[in-house]
Amino acid sequence: MAITREEVLHVARLARLALSSDEADRMREQLGDILAYIRQLDRLDTSGVVPTSHAVETGTPYRDDSVHPFGEKEEILKNAPDREDDFFRVPRIIED
Amino acid sequence: MGFEAVIGLEVHAQLATESKIFCACSTGFGAPPNENTCPVCTGMPGVLPVLNRKAVEFAIRTAVATSCRVQSRSVFARKNYFYPDLPKAYQISQYELPLAVSGHIDIERNGTTRRIGITRIHLEEDAGKLVHAGAFAGAQTSLADLNRCSVPLMEIVSEPDIRTPEEGGAYLRRLRDILVYLEVCDGNMEEGSFRCDANVSVRPRGQKEFGTKAELKNMNSFRNVEKALEHEIRRQIELIEDGGAVVQETRLWDADAGVTVPMRGKEEAHDYRYFPDPDLLPLHIDEAWVEELRKTIPELPGEKIARLASRYGIPRYDAELLSSSRLLADFFEASAAAFGGNPKVTANECIQWKEAIVAGRLSPETIAHVVEDRETGTISATASKTLVEAAIGTGKPVRQIRDEKGLTQISDAGALEAIADKVIAGNPKEVESYRAGKTGLLSFFVGQIMKETRGKANPRMVQEVLKAKLG
Repeated sequence: MAITREEVLHVARLARLALSSDEADRMREQLGDILAYIRQLDRLDTSGVVPTSHAVETGTPYRDDSVHPFGEKEEILKNAPDREDDFFRVPRIIED
Repeated sequence: MGFEAVIGLEVHAQLATESKIFCACSTGFGAPPNENTCPVCTGMPGVLPVLNRKAVEFAIRTAVATSCRVQSRSVFARKNYFYPDLPKAYQISQYELPLAVSGHIDIERNGTTRRIGITRIHLEEDAGKLVHAGAFAGAQTSLADLNRCSVPLMEIVSEPDIRTPEEGGAYLRRLRDILVYLEVCDGNMEEGSFRCDANVSVRPRGQKEFGTKAELKNMNSFRNVEKALEHEIRRQIELIEDGGAVVQETRLWDADAGVTVPMRGKEEAHDYRYFPDPDLLPLHIDEAWVEELRKTIPELPGEKIARLASRYGIPRYDAELLSSSRLLADFFEASAAAFGGNPKVTANECIQWKEAIVAGRLSPETIAHVVEDRETGTISATASKTLVEAAIGTGKPVRQIRDEKGLTQISDAGALEAIADKVIAGNPKEVESYRAGKTGLLSFFVGQIMKETRGKANPRMVQEVLKAKLG
């Protein structure tokens, strides 16, 4: 069961990728190969196996609830392509 | 044909931690734009999130208080979507394996208890805030403030057990009170630290299957949730009765117009492609930690209401009002303990002066002393009110104010009898008419005594004394 062209375009749209027609075809082939490779796992009966979410199971470390300000707001803001005062300026997103 | 509504509520509660859920930035409200940001919460490449222990603790305590089962292993997942308030382009949440499952909250309505199931409780991070400064028609940009990015949220999802808007409101208020009692959330709905979305469908009474549901958003008060549910239920029933069908969609509550309207487009955005976050290892919670936190759970609102009503013999309604705040209920109990008079009077006083009590401007002794002075007849109900107001204003002990202002009333039987004798002796004609049956003249004698005492006589005792003497 290969991946369809529509699925490729759908996933590309979700990832905000603009694919040309040639690229979509190439991606379909490559993704199909990857899926076929992964699908080898289907030969095993995994019905009783808990899905692996992480390669290690040590449990997540914690931090204590204390505030340590980063204190370099300029460093954060200067990465933005556009700003207004101390806001990031972004394309308008209100739908009207 | 009768319809019934099926309602499930999803609450997002902001956890009252000092720092964010995955970084050490402040969660403080009202800071200048982007003041509380760092490379982690703005999604810079190469950074790693580290989980705030307090956020987990708060979620566990909530789970215990709502009879949920805390899962020994839960997993953080990435919910992927693009939006300018989400710099990483994914929200860290929990999906297939939430922190806690299968709990419930009991609500009491009209003397009966209803149990509303809780499907799950999970942890996640908030997104930033978009400001539409100068949002005139045609404005091409919005402004993003990422201070709120990664502030810890707890999502609490109910089972579709709610059948009426009133039940929904009662569930929400009880849940809010529980979170506030636990001190894990400030419960402020208007400021957005307690938000609610609703899933609503209707079905013919007796039908087992659910109807098609609509999701309601944008309800920022308990009253608005109830009104939005009412409107949406009516809309769906009318739609079906007119031969139409409910469409599965997200609708926004328009509080000004009093209607729900469909949210525009973006259906594709619902394909979130969740997957386990590789940056956060599974969350392991051992039973010992849960048991340790179980010991920190205070008496919860439902238990407190029942206990206050039975222990003090006050109406359930009063117990509910007192229990609306842990501080108020504690204050009531301290007042009742300071003076063993009629707790009903103490309860009324506490309810009347709730605002000042919660603001910390009254002491339990103040209420105890005025209640006691009223029961002994030392002060009148009117004086009691004046005294409490003065105590709030000056902070002085209420009995000192009473004596300074001379607000005591004469409740000494001997003294009142002497004055009554004097009044009776001075008004022989009225005495004769009274004894001949014009009992309405009693108020004349009361008035005379009040005049003599400049209003300080205890009116109840004056009546008793007069009736005995005029007999």
